[in-house]
Order: sequence, then structure tokens, then C-alpha cells
Amino acid sequence: MSSYAENKKVDVQTGKEQAMASKRKAKLKKILSYTAFVGPALLFFLIIQIAPFFMGVYYSFTSWNGVSAAVEWVGFDNYIKIFTDDQNFYNSFLFTTKFMFAAVIISNVTGFGLALILNTALKTRNILRTVFFIPNVIGGLLLGFIWQFIFVKGFASIGDLTGLPFFQQPWLGTEDTAFWGIVIVFAWQISGYMMVIYIAALQGVDNSLLEAAKIDGASYLKVLTRIIIPLILPAFTICFFLTISMAFKIFDLNISLTGGGPFNSTESVAINIYQEAFTNNRYGLGTAKSILFFIVVVIFTTCQVMFTKKKEVEA
Amino acid sequence: MITGKYTKSTFIIEMIAIGLGLLFLVPFYFVVVNSIKPFSEILIDAAALPKEILFSNYMKVWDILNFPKAFLNSLVITVFSIAGIVFISSMAAWKMVRTPNKLSKFLFIFFVSAMVIPFQTVMIPLMKLGGMLGIMNSIHGIILMYFGFGVSLSLFLFHGFVKTIPKEIEESASIDGASEFGIFWRIVFPLLKPIAVTVIILNTLWIWNDYLLPLLVLQDPELRTIPLATSSFFAQYTKQWDMGLAALVMGIAPIIVFFLFLQKHIIKGIAAGSIK
Repeated sequence: MSSYAENKKVDVQTGKEQAMASKRKAKLKKILSYTAFVGPALLFFLIIQIAPFFMGVYYSFTSWNGVSAAVEWVGFDNYIKIFTDDQNFYNSFLFTTKFMFAAVIISNVTGFGLALILNTALKTRNILRTVFFIPNVIGGLLLGFIWQFIFVKGFASIGDLTGLPFFQQPWLGTEDTAFWGIVIVFAWQISGYMMVIYIAALQGVDNSLLEAAKIDGASYLKVLTRIIIPLILPAFTICFFLTISMAFKIFDLNISLTGGGPFNSTESVAINIYQEAFTNNRYGLGTAKSILFFIVVVIFTTCQVMFTKKKEVEA
Repeated sequence: MITGKYTKSTFIIEMIAIGLGLLFLVPFYFVVVNSIKPFSEILIDAAALPKEILFSNYMKVWDILNFPKAFLNSLVITVFSIAGIVFISSMAAWKMVRTPNKLSKFLFIFFVSAMVIPFQTVMIPLMKLGGMLGIMNSIHGIILMYFGFGVSLSLFLFHGFVKTIPKEIEESASIDGASEFGIFWRIVFPLLKPIAVTVIILNTLWIWNDYLLPLLVLQDPELRTIPLATSSFFAQYTKQWDMGLAALVMGIAPIIVFFLFLQKHIIKGIAAGSIK
């Protein structure tokens, strides 16, 4: 009798163990399949983006020159040097910030304007949409070379034909005009992209609202500022986010159009970092600059997103 | 929100719009027209049409750029990078959406927040790491690097899309005994096609045109991509615009052809990718 009960107990126990084992097996299988699906993406992401990021934080406190094996810890020396004794970096920061404001405003105004125009019942709207978008598919490096020719030779010959002083200036030769030259090319490249986003947003606006406003006698400007813009604020958030980060990180276009000149006046932060590391071989200093660059990009973009999101809520 | 009637004011707007469109195309006019002129004619008047059409600029540049090689390098890098990015990020995104736990949530935020890291911040240590891993100065090395850089945005886009697909179909397939890989590739992946098109387009425009990463990774002249070949050409032949412009036309031609063929998908894909 007792042995029977014992047997029964054992049976129950093995049953339980079996259930637990199969549960464990199922869990193991789940972990394995999770690893198989998510692992590859995570692995590349960690090795290519995250590991170098943290290495960069470390190297920014060293005197690493990229060649010698000895990497010496120097504490905050690089950062102190950047803040106290690096006029070029300061200038490039100032240039990049000014450029960003000008470029963001002009490319968004142009992009939004084009979107409003193409959102009317034009016969040529599809072709024009393609035309305005084309510059955006060409990379910044080639665009810079193209426009170098336009500014140097193309503008000069238009100037000869028309006699307009606007075209007769040495566009890439003076600091002011070179600055605006980069802004023009950036806007030419990006406006079509912004236009596509604004058009998508405008198409979501309810027509009956606009009709009602028109019947009430509202002017176009009123309809635009009181109804359309508030309704598509999310598109402004996206467009400002994209243009701010693209303008602030400008490199290719800048390198091929002006090469930072004249007299380093149009050298962006991205170029300055590149040269510090790969031309001057001061990797430690270069990484310190790149960490500061990262911090500023984060601050700019979060401020902007917070600001426009707040507007969205208010609207 | 398109207003339907074609009135007089619509016509005026149309004329203004066409004018603006032509203005946008003026740079292309200058580049193409002058690329078929002899150098002396460019100097005299860059705005005029050519007296005769000259193809010798193109022939010279074709060899100097080693254009077929550069084109092939760009093509191989773009195609294989994107295939890999689509493969790994769609799989990860699907699994993460279908396993709603804390780990998935954390990983998603981790992947996405890395998008704010500028390339310049990782490039210097990445060159050291690349040297240690032996993936410098090679086509497959740069492809592996693009996997790592491309995964954030692509995973983000796939993730948003997977959330909209009902999982009942997958569940019934799993009851029928299909393996997880089978379910993903035969049932889920075909449903992801619209967003995969967006991912492919966004990554093509980025990788095909990218300059800085190839500049850092590919030192061997045989490995040059189109942007690299163009920039080294201009470093060598400054101010020789007859050849320079022919080089530029050849450089932009492939991506413009790609765009004109797929423009509907591209514009839709760009809008979809940005609004997410």
C-alpha cells in the first residue's frame, strides 16, 4: 500500500519534472529564436555604431595620434584646448550654426511654397514635382562640383549677358558670397525633399474646412495661417528636424563647393573634425571635438522637437 | 486638398510654377551643354549652345575615371549593403514586435536613439576598430559597415509597419507546423513589401551617394566608388572644366536614370519614410 502511494508520488514527480523540462525546452527555444532573429542586427549595430562611440568617449581624454601604440591619458586637456585655444574650431562652429539657421529657413520656406503651388490643380504638377525633386537624388559631393562651375563660369556668363551685378560677383571668392553660395546649393538640393513631405501633409487637410472658411469670407492668407499651417504642424516638426540635422552635419557639399575657403571662412564643424583627425593626425583632439559635436546635435534636435511638439499641442 | 476648377488664376500659378521649374533645371543645362564643348568655347561663353557636339571629353574621362570599374564598385556596394540591411532589420523588427517584453522595448529605443549620433562622432574610432577586424580597404568590409549604420532607420520603419499586420495568419501557420523562418519568409516578408520598397529607396540614395565612409575605408584606387573617383579626378584636374563636366554628367547619370524610372515609388516612399 505504502509502496503504491510511493510509486504514485514518484509518478507525479516525474510528470512534473517532465512538464518543467519541456517548459524549459520551450523557453530555450524561444531564446534561441529571438537571438537568431534579433542577433545579427544587434551585433552589427553594436560593433559598427555603439563600440566606436564609447571608444570615442575614451579617446577624447587621451593624446592618441592614430599611429603609436601608446595612448596617454590626458584628462580634460583636449576639451580645455578646444575651448581656450582653438580659434579655427570656434569659427567653424559659428559658421555652421549661422549656416544652419539660414539653410533651414530658406529650404523650408521654398519647400513649403512649392508644395502650396503644386497642391493646386495644375496640369503640370506631376512633372514639376519630379523636376523639383531631382537635385535631391544627386549626392552632395557631385552637386558641389556642379555648382562650383555654375558660380564660377555660369554666373559670369549670365552676368555678361544681362549686366546684372548679382551675377558678376566673385561668388566663391569672398566670405559673404561663399556663405550664401552654400546656402543656395543646399536649398536647391533639399527644397524638393521638403516639398514632398509638405505635399503629403497638405493632401491630408480636409477640404470642407477650407470651403467653409472661404464661404465665411476668409482671405487666403487667413486660411493659410489659421487653418492649413496649424493642421500640418507635424510636417513642420519633421522637416525642421531633417533640415537641422542635415545642415549641421554638412560635409560633402561643403568640401566640393568651397573646400572651406576662402580663408577657412566656410569650414564646417564636420570638415574641421575630419582634418583634425586625418590631416593633422591628432586623433585624441579630433574625437574630443566629435563628442562635443554629438552633444550639440542632440541639444539642437531635442530643443527643436520639444518646441514644435509644444506648438502642435497648443494648436 | 486640391481645388478642382482651372481658372485664370490657376493658369497664372501654372506659369509661375513652370518658370520656377525651369530655374531649377538651369544648372543641368549648364553642365550638359558645356560638357560637349571644347575648353576654349567654355571660356568664351558658358551660356551658349555648342557649335558642334564633341564626345572626346567623355572618351578621355571614361578612361581617367576608370568609369566601368567605379560604377561596378558603387553598384556592388549599394546592392549588397541594402540586401543585408533589409534582411537583418526586417527579421529583427518582426521578432521584436511579436515578442512584446521589456527587452524588445529597450532594444527598440536603443536602436532608434542611435540615429542622432553623427557619423563624425564614430568615424575616428571606427577606423581603428576596422583595422583590428581586418575590414579596411575592402568592398566586403565597407558593406559590413553599412549594415551597422543602416540598421537603425530601417529597423524603425519595419517595426512601425509590422505593428499594422494582424498576427492571426502567422498563428494559424504555426499551428500547421511551419518553422519560424518559414513563417517569416513565406508569410510575413511578402506582406512587408511596401515598407521594404521605402527602405530600399532611402538606403539607395544614401549609400550610392555616400562620400565620407568610402573615402575613409577604400584607399585602393581599384576600389573607388563614383563619388570617390570624381573627387580624385577633380583633385588632379582642377579647373579643366571640359573634362570635369563630362565626369559630372557621367557621375550623376546612373542615379538620375534610376530616379526617373522609379520616380512614383521614390516620391511616395520618401514621403512615407519621413512621416513615420
